[in-house]
Amino acid sequence: MKKQAVATIAGAVFLACLGSQALAQSRDLNVVSWGGAYQDGQKEVFFKPFNASGTKLTDEAWDGGLGVLRTKIKGGNNTWDVVQVEADELEVGCDEGLYEKLDVAKIGGAARYLPGTVHACGVGAIIYNLVLAYDGDKIKAAPNGWGDFFDTKKIPGKRSIRNGAKWNLEVALIADGVSSKDVYKVLRTPEGIERAFKKLDTIKSDLVFWKSGAQPPQMLAAGDVVMTTAYNGRITAANEKDKKNFKIVWKDTPYTMDSWVIMKGTPQKANAEKLVEFMGRPDNQAKLPKFVRYGVTAAAAAPLIDKTLMGDLPTNPDNLKLAFAEDVKFWIDNGDKLAERWTKWSGTK
Amino acid sequence: MLTRQRSALLLPLTGFLLVFFVVPLVWLLSLAVREAEVPRALPRTLTVLQSWQPGQALPASLFPGFAQDLTEARAASTLADAARRLNYEVNGVRSTLMRAAREVSSAPADTAFNQDFFATVDPALASPEFFAAVRRANGPFSAYYLLAAFDLTRNAKGEIEHATEANRIYIDVLLRTLGISASVTILCLLLGFPVALLLTQVTEKTADWLMILVLLPFWTSLLVRTAAWVVVLQKEGMVNGLLMRLGLIAEPLTLIYNRTGVLIAMTHVLLPFMILPLYSVLKGIPPHYMRAAASLGARPVTAFFRVYLPMAAPAIVAGSLMVFILAMGYYITPALVGGGADQMLSYFVATYTTDTGNWGLASALGLMMLATTILLYAVAHKVSGGRALSMG
Repeated sequence: MKKQAVATIAGAVFLACLGSQALAQSRDLNVVSWGGAYQDGQKEVFFKPFNASGTKLTDEAWDGGLGVLRTKIKGGNNTWDVVQVEADELEVGCDEGLYEKLDVAKIGGAARYLPGTVHACGVGAIIYNLVLAYDGDKIKAAPNGWGDFFDTKKIPGKRSIRNGAKWNLEVALIADGVSSKDVYKVLRTPEGIERAFKKLDTIKSDLVFWKSGAQPPQMLAAGDVVMTTAYNGRITAANEKDKKNFKIVWKDTPYTMDSWVIMKGTPQKANAEKLVEFMGRPDNQAKLPKFVRYGVTAAAAAPLIDKTLMGDLPTNPDNLKLAFAEDVKFWIDNGDKLAERWTKWSGTK
Repeated sequence: MLTRQRSALLLPLTGFLLVFFVVPLVWLLSLAVREAEVPRALPRTLTVLQSWQPGQALPASLFPGFAQDLTEARAASTLADAARRLNYEVNGVRSTLMRAAREVSSAPADTAFNQDFFATVDPALASPEFFAAVRRANGPFSAYYLLAAFDLTRNAKGEIEHATEANRIYIDVLLRTLGISASVTILCLLLGFPVALLLTQVTEKTADWLMILVLLPFWTSLLVRTAAWVVVLQKEGMVNGLLMRLGLIAEPLTLIYNRTGVLIAMTHVLLPFMILPLYSVLKGIPPHYMRAAASLGARPVTAFFRVYLPMAAPAIVAGSLMVFILAMGYYITPALVGGGADQMLSYFVATYTTDTGNWGLASALGLMMLATTILLYAVAHKVSGGRALSMG
């Protein structure tokens, strides 16, 4: 009797496993983005309406990393279809064959998007800046660019920066007097690298490092730092949600772009293209900045965006002309060595 | 001795461990010494390089094959992996190689792919240093990643030397990892021993309640507890607020994003792993031993050190070892509450695995950590006279 029960349970478990296996094979379209308030906004603007239009869709969040994507494709058990990736992940992953090549005609044609946002393997999703942010209630004399960020006499207190070489070397050089146009030219020389680290040395004892994009506004709010580098959308979100008075300095800040890619070999390729096309429509994109202040990539979206939001957007011409573009190639080539150098630098007093 | 029938009972578990633990582990660790990317992408180049020695002029026969390798590897999507591998040694060659492959593919049919052609694309691609690196990356095995894990590298002649000062990292990180783990273990022992002792002294009902207090954090997610420490320790957090209100400090203390924060949070997280093994042994020590010692004239302190402590020793060794080994593997807690100088070895293993995708170096560092742990375990086993093996 008892044996029979065990056998029944075992059989049921076995069938359940088979069932879930079968389910995985005929799964819904799966889209992966960066989570948090940003993905909540995407849900409202893109995912839910797309779901309602007839194609079943599920969404997941990830933290980035080429290693993760490589595991998905090379491990042969990929469950992701459309993924939002950073600029270097787009470039390197495309070379490694992790993504489907993009058929631009199927996602609305190249003319729909801003110049420079369409890539062989992906299309731009959002444009965002790494800005200088501070608490307007705590600092009376507003910092005016990276020079003040590195001036601990003028504005005493801790500052936080991302734990990594990317973007920090650029702003260190700008603080040291290099113009944002020449930053990567200088960084491509060994002396330029030395110069950047030397400038960072001057405020090393006042530095705190952040790892995830959610940390900088939290550190500002907690009073752990007086100034920080941060993604612009996170700062505006903190002002709106937590009624903070955080301010953004746009001058000489690097901007970069995330892109949508379609994972190699997905059984959902046609649906994935449909989704990317849907998310590229100007009228759909124009709704996103209300939820999070990132710039969008459809050329015709700008006039449709609520005018009151424009001041906070990276794609606002007033902000854009102050900013400079991240040099993805530089970081793909030099990222490995500079990561080691950064680790050594940040790990010693 | 196990009889044959009894050992058959272990078969399912052994099989499970073999398939899901041993095989993947060995496979992953083997990545630390395998060289697959460059041999797969550049076979013709490597064949010609066999007969070339660093220091000699590059043979002219090298370049047509190199060009053909680039075209085919690009088409097969194997070039990017090889370019990434070579970029570890020749900084900047990653995008250069990809660009060279594009230029070779789009060159007119009658182009001569010789040294000059590649020198025009980029001087690095016609340099002996680059081809020496290609030659060193020939498979099936090399010590490149293991050397890198010990801050060593090979120069153009193939001799082993120290990495440049700015790139010497991992020995320091290993020592730091051992240092933090040892500090956490000592803190856990100092805080945990009195609690375990108290648990054996109170009534069973009180002990149950205390036990729940010990276990409650144990059941809470690690991430939640770490995030809670951020709130408690931050500049305008609870600890600083309380101390300021009591007038004990005038300026808020820096308790987070430094070593202090790491030690506090890790000690809290790992405390149950010390208390539980301690308690399980201490409760088995009969109380009348201490009374007997007292009746024979020993003062409480003497009785504790001469009678109680020797009997508690196996538990102390077991608990300390457990905490130490678990602490060795921590990365999320130091990443969230530590500073740049508090990141531990597994932080780098994780970064290289998921972030940059340098699985070779991740495996080499993992191997380093595994070997250190096994070594320490063996030492602890030896000095404790074999008692370290019994976990309470």
